[in-house]
Amino acid sequence: MQNDFRSIKIDSEKCQGRMACMRICPTQAIRVKNRKAILINEKCIDCGMCVRVCPNNAVIPKTSSFSDFSKFKYTIALPSPVLYSQFKVEITPSLILNAFKKIGFDDAYDVACASEAVSIAIQEFLDTNFTHQPYISPFCPVIVRLVQIRYPNLLEQLIPIDSPMEIAAREAKNLKMKETGLSAKDIGVIYITPCPAKMIAIKNPPRKKYSFVDGAISIAEIYPNLIQALTKSNDDGSKSEIKGIGLGWPMLGGQVSTLKAHDTIAIAGILEVIRIFEEIENGKLKNIKYIECHSCNTACVGGSLNIENPYIARNRVIKMLEKYGNTPCQDRNYIKNLIQKNFFSLPGKIPPTPIAPIDSDISQALKKIQEKANIYEKLPKIDCGACGSPDCNTFSEDVITNNAELDDCVFIALKKFDNATVKSSDIIKKHLNKIYKNFDN
Amino acid sequence: MNEFFSQTYEIKGKDFQNAGKVSTGIKTLLKQLGIKPEIIRKVAIACYEAEMNIVMYAKTGTMKLDIDTKKIKITVLDQGPGIQDIDLAMKEGYSTATPEMREMGFGAGMGLPNIKKNSDEFKIESSIGEGTKLEITIFIN
Ligand SMILES: Nc1ncnc2c1ncn2[C@@H]1O[C@H](COP(=O)(O)OP(=O)(O)OP(=O)(O)O)[C@@H](O)[C@H]1O
Ligand code: SF4
Ligand SMILES: [Mg+2]
Repeated sequence: MQNDFRSIKIDSEKCQGRMACMRICPTQAIRVKNRKAILINEKCIDCGMCVRVCPNNAVIPKTSSFSDFSKFKYTIALPSPVLYSQFKVEITPSLILNAFKKIGFDDAYDVACASEAVSIAIQEFLDTNFTHQPYISPFCPVIVRLVQIRYPNLLEQLIPIDSPMEIAAREAKNLKMKETGLSAKDIGVIYITPCPAKMIAIKNPPRKKYSFVDGAISIAEIYPNLIQALTKSNDDGSKSEIKGIGLGWPMLGGQVSTLKAHDTIAIAGILEVIRIFEEIENGKLKNIKYIECHSCNTACVGGSLNIENPYIARNRVIKMLEKYGNTPCQDRNYIKNLIQKNFFSLPGKIPPTPIAPIDSDISQALKKIQEKANIYEKLPKIDCGACGSPDCNTFSEDVITNNAELDDCVFIALKKFDNATVKSSDIIKKHLNKIYKNFDN
Repeated sequence: MNEFFSQTYEIKGKDFQNAGKVSTGIKTLLKQLGIKPEIIRKVAIACYEAEMNIVMYAKTGTMKLDIDTKKIKITVLDQGPGIQDIDLAMKEGYSTATPEMREMGFGAGMGLPNIKKNSDEFKIESSIGEGTKLEITIFIN
């Protein structure tokens, strides 16, 4: 388990300290010092908001590179069903899957069908489990991470069912082992991902020791190759069309619409999810059975590594559902049989990974939190960010944890000019240096 | 010396838009202090229910948070109609919530009983036409 693995990094060469990331980060995990953004790993939940807003493309998703897969004798592309929504409707899922064979993969395997199976497994679970209602979907890795660091009380509410990505990867691997006679380690399963967050689910899968997926390439990265392959050649038609309700999973409501229970809700957008989690922590929403949660504002069709406009992509998902959604791709009784054999359920617990307290000693912590409140009172409370912290409240915390100095706040610094014992020029220099790099020269 | 932290928050009656924000702030603070999740859950329920009762029934009120190394104390004071029959109000299921409040998901009559259930020490006083005072204590260990 690599619990400290984060799926993004900041390229300090490209970063110009423009603070868009710092301001948008929903967990205040970014600071800007000396005109460079710094990521605080323990606070980051991998939501990818910073990836979207950086004007310099300096927030880099830590997806795999193609060379990571040269060690495999056989490679299978496992595209997130989001990929199907990135092309015009004439380009059907089966054509897309086939195209992978023309761009260097040995085969491609559909995930939407596994989503349908997981939908059935969720329904079974909800029919027989009530203790920790409302249950929360664990399929967006950002949501799992958010619960781990901020809502440990809700850990047991994350439904203990494996993700469609894992189910499909296991199936694909087993199938190809039989077909090719190769061993598991020679077959690479590569997820085609709409977001950096899925890397977390691969490196550190919830309730599991290891993932069946060996790496991930972003939709944006693979798109140019795919579109070229798709427009150039005729399809060999060797794959039948992908069908079933699982095709709807990438959009908001895609999960709950497959469930018979009406006491379900679907939420997209990390800030809305946080609001709902606050309510659940307050003991509310116990009458709700299941909450589908997505970090991205428009669910997975709005993932930060997609190409297509999320609303257009969503419309295509709806069209696909209209056309293929009514034909099941799974035999319900077969799936129920698998459920009996614990094919989908995951034993074990997801550990909490709380942000370290302000001090490990409670009496020191109390002292510091009081100091923090006192400092906050002195600040202008305009959240300008010039100090390098995202807002005045976070800045006051940074000061008491020795991650910032009080006169990093320009307003506090200006006040010091009244104090004759302080050399004003030093303070001016310090600030100008902070804002305009190398102002001295 | 026993360190302590103290802060008072204002809560406005009928301000449904901001309802719950005080409780959220208190939870955030307790998480920064490293208070155990089980304790935070108890405080969360008690604070939220008390906050909502002010929003629903009172004109205005305050929630005072006092934390020391042993316990969390929440003193909730409001200016409002007061409670006529405290024993009745403490009963599970008793509620005078209006149809509109029920529409918003309140009015199960579980607020006060849940506050008591989640407190280690609980006191309630009220005088008609003036207001209500709750004293909630939850031990940290
Ligand atoms: N601060 C208050 N001022 C005046 N009356 C109150 C106050 N708090 C509670 N009451 C009265 O006591 C009753 C019971 O309160 P309680 O919080 O247990 O349930 P509720 O608020 O009606 O419903 P719920 O809390 O489940 O949404 C209320 O309906 C109201 O008549
Ligand atoms: S909502 Fe979907 S695309 Fe967005 S972070 Fe979560 S899993 Fe990734
Ligand atoms: Mg109430």
